[in-house]
Amino acid sequence: MADLKINFAGIKSPNPFWLASAPPSNSGAQVHKAFEAGWGGAVWKTIGAPVLNVSNRYGAWHYGGQKMLGINNVELISDRPLDVNLREIREVKRAWPDRAVIASAMVESKPGAWHEIIKKIEDTGADGIELNYGCPHGMSERGMGSAVGQVPEYCEQITRWVMDVAKIPVIVKLTPNIANIVLPARAAVAAGASALSLINTLNSIVGVDLETLQITPNIGGKGGHGGYAGPAVKPIALHMLAALGTDATVADAKLPISGMGGITTWQDAAEFLLLGASSLQVCTAVMHYGFRIVEDLCDGLSNWMDEKGFATVGDVVGKSLTRVSDFKNFDLSFRAVARIDQQKCIRCDLCYVACNDTAHQCIDLIAKDGTVVQPRSYDVRSNGKEDAIETRPRVEVREHDCVGCRLCYNVCPVEGCISMVELPPERASVTWDQLTQKQREITEDWKKMQEYREKMGIHIH
Amino acid sequence: MSHEAEHRGQREGLQELLPPLTTNEAALEAARCLMCYDAPCTHACPTHIDIPKFITKIHSANLKGSARTILESNLLGATCARVCPVQQLCEGACVLGSEHKPIAIGRLQRHAMDYAYGKNIQIFQPAAVTDRKIAVIGAGPAGLSCAGELAKRGHSVTLFERRDLGGGLSTYGIIVLREPVDIALAEVKMIEKLGVKIETGRDLGVNLSPDDLRKNFDAIFLSVGLGRTPSLGIPGEDHILDGLDYIEQSKLDTPRVRVGHEVVVIGAGNTAIDCATIAKRLGAERVTMVYRRSENEMTAYPHEYDFIKREGVGFYFLAQPGRVLVENGEVFALECARVSLGTKDASGRPSPQVIPGSEFRIAADQVIKAIGQQKPAVAAELGLKTTKGFISVDLHFETSVPGIYAGGDCIRARGAASTVMAVQDGKLAAQTIHERLTAHG
Repeated sequence: MADLKINFAGIKSPNPFWLASAPPSNSGAQVHKAFEAGWGGAVWKTIGAPVLNVSNRYGAWHYGGQKMLGINNVELISDRPLDVNLREIREVKRAWPDRAVIASAMVESKPGAWHEIIKKIEDTGADGIELNYGCPHGMSERGMGSAVGQVPEYCEQITRWVMDVAKIPVIVKLTPNIANIVLPARAAVAAGASALSLINTLNSIVGVDLETLQITPNIGGKGGHGGYAGPAVKPIALHMLAALGTDATVADAKLPISGMGGITTWQDAAEFLLLGASSLQVCTAVMHYGFRIVEDLCDGLSNWMDEKGFATVGDVVGKSLTRVSDFKNFDLSFRAVARIDQQKCIRCDLCYVACNDTAHQCIDLIAKDGTVVQPRSYDVRSNGKEDAIETRPRVEVREHDCVGCRLCYNVCPVEGCISMVELPPERASVTWDQLTQKQREITEDWKKMQEYREKMGIHIH
Repeated sequence: MSHEAEHRGQREGLQELLPPLTTNEAALEAARCLMCYDAPCTHACPTHIDIPKFITKIHSANLKGSARTILESNLLGATCARVCPVQQLCEGACVLGSEHKPIAIGRLQRHAMDYAYGKNIQIFQPAAVTDRKIAVIGAGPAGLSCAGELAKRGHSVTLFERRDLGGGLSTYGIIVLREPVDIALAEVKMIEKLGVKIETGRDLGVNLSPDDLRKNFDAIFLSVGLGRTPSLGIPGEDHILDGLDYIEQSKLDTPRVRVGHEVVVIGAGNTAIDCATIAKRLGAERVTMVYRRSENEMTAYPHEYDFIKREGVGFYFLAQPGRVLVENGEVFALECARVSLGTKDASGRPSPQVIPGSEFRIAADQVIKAIGQQKPAVAAELGLKTTKGFISVDLHFETSVPGIYAGGDCIRARGAASTVMAVQDGKLAAQTIHERLTAHG
């Protein structure tokens, strides 16, 4: 059995799964229930400045029969009185000494306000503090949340105020609503933060009601951008996580990173770990299915770790970071082509239309007699399942024309039917960076590029 | 609506078998469709409805567009959604069939068609009028399809129907469990709204003269279907009910259907199964189907056979009816003889040979026959060439007499007759008629 325990900047928890600071961690009763279900920790819903909320605060994006691939919200930080939250944080921590209880905070950008909230939190016995520099709606209009996270100087300044007084670990939570996620992370590092977490929600408008022409969700005849989260944002979160891990300044500081953004399954969790997260936060999946999902998050992750020979979570963290690179370093001589397993193929022809309409036109329809045929080449009088199945041509890749774009692989609905097969390179390995350094003219002049291609036998049709 | 019409098919046990999909069920099922390119389901459909397209439109909640997609290929989409042997056609070819469950194409089609008819949406409008006149004889699926397709192109079409109601077998011959009468009649009305003039009670050779037709119309399309159930030629046959009448009464004169306690149905085709279904559902204690060949030769679709077995109907295979036994005017048994199967006959199936002395009796107070239909009689009257008694047509559905076309069951010398094939015949014939009538004009 893999050991799922973590020690995150001194914050210990029996597994890496924490409730993210959000509606699921809004009260002591909820966090109690979550801990009973097995959650390793909880980042309390942000406490701080006084607020009032509105109805119709959650919108969602559904697709292909799947509900809530994305959720957006205009809910503010906790609207429960500050002293109630502080009391419940204290009670929960006392009842669950082995779990991580972290209080998320957001107050006005004044040193006094921050000093006061930090002291109040520490007084509860919480294990850590997360600074909410991320909320993109409402609070940001008041100069808090993402209004701070989007300006590295503000991040650094406020983090310094906090670090002046904080005695327990401080996690700086970053907003993804920024062109370069690395800059606020460096600011947090410079200010001496204990850890980082990302991502908060993305600016979004989830939709428009085609019946009423109202913005979805309709808040008394108005609507606007809210924070977007859920499975749909996972790739964005993974990129930002990797961007921190591959930035020299941030990486050298060796701050642990708590990863979040669309984690729904243990596979998602493992991917976040591999790209450098050492604790994991979950919100949307819990809001969709309840606290019970933590069981398979732990169970699946543990089984996978056993299978892969990882004894501890620490063994997994960052394992794939070394493979993250930039285009300029990719081997231009690397070759792969698509190959279709005819035994597995169900002849939906989705690869055919994708390749021929939108990619590189290298998949053919081959009739029984071996000839290439066009779609819909059957006689209008032909019908019935036998005709349709028996005369259906097979799809085949013309490998010498295949550029290995991988579109067919992505659209194929059958697991393991299309594989990208690596071929031996036809040329010596070279990267764009190397070309730029050694033969700059090729990278700047189309004529030179053509000559180079001729010489190297690169034919693109 | 008359009192009788209100009761058409309305009787406990006879209601449409499959409930409509809810909006949510339809959306989820539509989402499951892979959207195959050049999809095998579309190939397998005799009318080649662009199935992924209409399912996509259900998925995107564009039900009007979905209904239009269906009707563009098949004007009788509402009937076909219910009566098509989808297991042999679209659903049988679904790529998800091999490992998973095929998409419920028939029920999705019904969902889209129910929307259009439920909202009274007339998808197609009559086109600008041409001066071409076409007579269509017989308002069954082939005739409605041909008439509708021609009307869509602006031709003046008169549809002559022998009976009181249009719809052919959809109205008279398909049990309510599969298609309520209202659905068939709504389709007739939709064709009428396209500008087709429907004259009922007009019987070719009786009160409709072939000469007048030829004089007054530029082209004629025959969609007369087939005749009544042929004679068995056995003693007591007068006491045997005609399966087609039995079904018709269950649909149009429902309250008056009388079902026996012990019912025997002779035949093992789809009509025979329908008769057995009615008898069983309306309270017969025992229903037995008698067939002179074996399970392997029966013409009913496998899914129909499965269905009727689950209904609790019994079978006597390899049994040849010999005579109906009657006492005091009441049927009390059907006497049959055991048969063995010999060499293949003209139909390509092994011929049954009676085993001497093997007679036995099946207790019965009601005997129904459903052993196919007689060949179209009009062929001879119009001097048309025939194939095995069916009207012969060329690839363009033209008969041996120029200007006279035919389609539907009356030409189905090969393959299983079905509504959807009839619809396609009518559609293709309409295309030819249109091309030929407008080529010189």
